[in-house]
Amino acid sequence: MSDFSVWLLIGIVKVIVVMLVLLTVVAYLSWFERKIVAHIQSRWGPERVGPHGLIQPLADGAKFLFKEDPTPAGVDRFVFFFAPFLALSLAMTTIAVMPLGPGQLRIFGQLTWFSVAESDLSLLVVFAITALSVYGVALAGWASNNKYSLLGGLRSSAQMLSYELSLTMSVVGIVLMTNPNTLSLRGIVEAQRGSALHWFVFPQILGFVCFFVSAVAETNRSPFDLAEGEQELVGGFHTEYASFKFAMFFMAEYAAMVTASFMIAVLFFGGYLSPFPDTPAFHWTFYLPAAMALLGGVLLVPHGLRYHTAFGRVLLPVMGVALIGVGIICALPGVLGVIQGPFWLAAKVFVVLFIYVWLRGTLPRIRYDQLMAFGWKFLLPVSLANVLVTSLVVALRMQR
Amino acid sequence: MSVELILFFLLAAVALGGAVNLIVQTHPIHSALSLIVVMVALAGIYLLLGAELLAMVQIIVYAGAIMVLFVFTIMLLNAGKEERTAISRAATYVGVPCGVLLTVVLAWRMILSEAGTTAGGAETQGMSRELSGLLFTSYVFPFELTSILILVAILGAVVLAKRDM
Repeated sequence: MSDFSVWLLIGIVKVIVVMLVLLTVVAYLSWFERKIVAHIQSRWGPERVGPHGLIQPLADGAKFLFKEDPTPAGVDRFVFFFAPFLALSLAMTTIAVMPLGPGQLRIFGQLTWFSVAESDLSLLVVFAITALSVYGVALAGWASNNKYSLLGGLRSSAQMLSYELSLTMSVVGIVLMTNPNTLSLRGIVEAQRGSALHWFVFPQILGFVCFFVSAVAETNRSPFDLAEGEQELVGGFHTEYASFKFAMFFMAEYAAMVTASFMIAVLFFGGYLSPFPDTPAFHWTFYLPAAMALLGGVLLVPHGLRYHTAFGRVLLPVMGVALIGVGIICALPGVLGVIQGPFWLAAKVFVVLFIYVWLRGTLPRIRYDQLMAFGWKFLLPVSLANVLVTSLVVALRMQR
Repeated sequence: MSVELILFFLLAAVALGGAVNLIVQTHPIHSALSLIVVMVALAGIYLLLGAELLAMVQIIVYAGAIMVLFVFTIMLLNAGKEERTAISRAATYVGVPCGVLLTVVLAWRMILSEAGTTAGGAETQGMSRELSGLLFTSYVFPFELTSILILVAILGAVVLAKRDM
């Protein structure tokens, strides 16, 4: 095979693997969110479909596929059909430039980066795609020929435009702090190498707060989910969408949430880097992924054997044994090094996702004028001040 | 044909198709969407030329910010379909030949001239640094002047909007 076809093949394989993982994460994120919010509110959440409701995402998917999909009268047909595609595809594209692990891998004798696509300007690529993603929601609201949908679409486009400013501004501080200055996400991660003390969340705590709040608003998540405020707007922009078209908006929201969590982990928490310093005293931390999988498996097997349904008594122990197998594989010398980057990245993304869900379970939705005033009169000035202070400190350091 | 050439013709076809669609469509939203397609396709062509920064700025500023405002305004005003009047029909009869003429002249000049055939792939990482260096040294005065112009425009918009209240 020529170099080009190998390159193409590796690219396709990487895209398929990342896409499958992302889709699984998106599907199980809905289960995770329902479970966490339920427990916050002293409920059980999904319990019936499979043990602990584990098969619920599959059941939801089947339901979405087989539901009737009516097209309301007077809709703009092309835009009505196009908007969900746009929303989902844009939300799933950003993951391509995320650095998933350190350095390069050798596959079929060709070196390839540990990410789907590598760019020197990957930070700008993310912002470019985020800037476009407002169209999915806005056009869906407009095309539905429904005043509630239109109001939802208008709200969300105004909201996303306003919070995009502080989202972009709060990252400038990080770009200023990297040396040499870089707009590549991999470069930003490498600038945090060392230990958890070198993470940008500490010097850029102000930028982190601004970025996190803006990211929640940008992904239309509670407490900023004004675009779908059900008390005022029925379902907001997706009122008229049913069946799989609704599922696409649903998946787009969760994919955007995963992407935002990736961005937070990469920009402020060292991405794929381990929080421990890279000295021989801390080499035991290499076995943490294996230890966690083993512990999870060992705990899951006895719990599964005592589960109250027969199906659960089969499924949960099988999952436990699979986890033990994963743990053993993670401890193999060849895998040990490769698994470190993805493990730490996944752990950080998981924590941020949990905070996202936690916010939804805790905070009430704010009013629309409060939302706009907060974005323009508080977040934007604070993120601008952050840029100012950071550039001052960087400039003074360069003088010395 | 190389991959770059195939991609170029693909993107050029998308850009041209979007541009023609922009004029042919009667609904403002459809026209605005076609314009977004043109801008994204142009960004793709910039990418092919190795101007990554320009491509990203094109998408962020034009497709992401300016066109969102266009679409937002069209949605807010609930602009209806365009109406065909005698004047718009006359504009078609004058405009189409003029457009064809302009295209022919431009294409003719471009085929004759040798310049412009050697667009090189600039180094991307250096490009953003060089560009910002130029903006803040040689061109700092026009740059700051532009920012004042934009500030004045924003103030003007606020004054105009507040007058009705």
